[in-house]
Amino acid sequence: MTDNITPDDTLDCSGLSCPMPLLKTKKQLGSMKSGQVLEIISTDPGTKNDLPAFARKTGNELLGVKDEDGRSLYYLKVK
Amino acid sequence: MSENTISKETLEPVEGALSLEQLSEQIEEIKGQLQTLTNGAQEDKLSLIVFSGDLDKVLASFIIATGAVAMGLDVVMFFTFWGTPVLRDKKKAAGGKDFMGKMFGTMLPKGAGGVKLSKMNMGGMGTTMMRTLMKKKNVASIEQLMELAAEFGVRIFVCEMSMDLMGFKREEMVDYPNLTYCGVAKFLEEAVESKIQLFI
Repeated sequence: MTDNITPDDTLDCSGLSCPMPLLKTKKQLGSMKSGQVLEIISTDPGTKNDLPAFARKTGNELLGVKDEDGRSLYYLKVK
Repeated sequence: MSENTISKETLEPVEGALSLEQLSEQIEEIKGQLQTLTNGAQEDKLSLIVFSGDLDKVLASFIIATGAVAMGLDVVMFFTFWGTPVLRDKKKAAGGKDFMGKMFGTMLPKGAGGVKLSKMNMGGMGTTMMRTLMKKKNVASIEQLMELAAEFGVRIFVCEMSMDLMGFKREEMVDYPNLTYCGVAKFLEEAVESKIQLFI
C-alpha cells in the first residue's frame, strides 16, 4: 500500500523520543505545500500512536505506515 | 375579491397567537442567548499551571505544552510559586535585592538548568544521572522544549505575586517572546474558555 508513494520530503527522526518526532513533523509541515507527501522516519515506539492521533486532529492524512528493521516510515499528506 | 384569496382582512385572529412584534422580540431574545452560548464556548485551548519547580514536572509540562501546540491547540502556561524560578536566566543578574530576596535567589534554581528531580535527587546525584541518561536516550531537555514552545507560539505568563514574594526582578527572567506578568484573573480568563486545564 505504501510502495507506490513517492514522498516530496523526508524527515528523519531516528533516535529521537517523544515529543520530538511530533514537533519536528509539525515544523516540517509548515514549509510544505498542500497535497505534498512527507515521509517521517521514526524509531520511537510512541510515534505509532502519536502520528495517527496528530493526523486525525490536524486534518493531515496519514496515507500509510511501513515497518522495516526497527524503524517505521510514515507517509503524511499535507492538508 | 374571490372567496379563496387570503388577505389580512379575511384572516380571523387565532386566540393566543403571537403578534409580529412579539415574535421578533422572541427572536431577538434567542439571538442574545445564542451569543452568550457562543461566547462561553470552550476552545481547543490548553491552560497549564506550572506550580512545581521540579525537573520531572516541568519537563512534563513542556512536553504537554509543545505537543498540544503541535496538535493545533492554543496553549497558555502560567508559572507560579516554585515554577517561577524555572524562568530565570542564569546569565542575568538583578541588583537591589534585600536580604530575603538574595537568600531566595541563591537557594532556588536559576533557570531550567538548575531544577532538580522531585524523587531520587540524592543530593543532586540522581538529577545529574537523569540528565546524562536523557542526553544518552535523546530526550529533549527543558531548554530545548522551551525554545520550541517559543517558536510554536506557546504563551507564557508569570505570576507577579510569586516573583515579588521571592524577590525576583523582571530583568533576570529569560528572553521569551511575549513573556507576560500577570495575576490570577488572567489565568482564570484563559482557563474558563479552555477545554483542558492542568495543574502541575
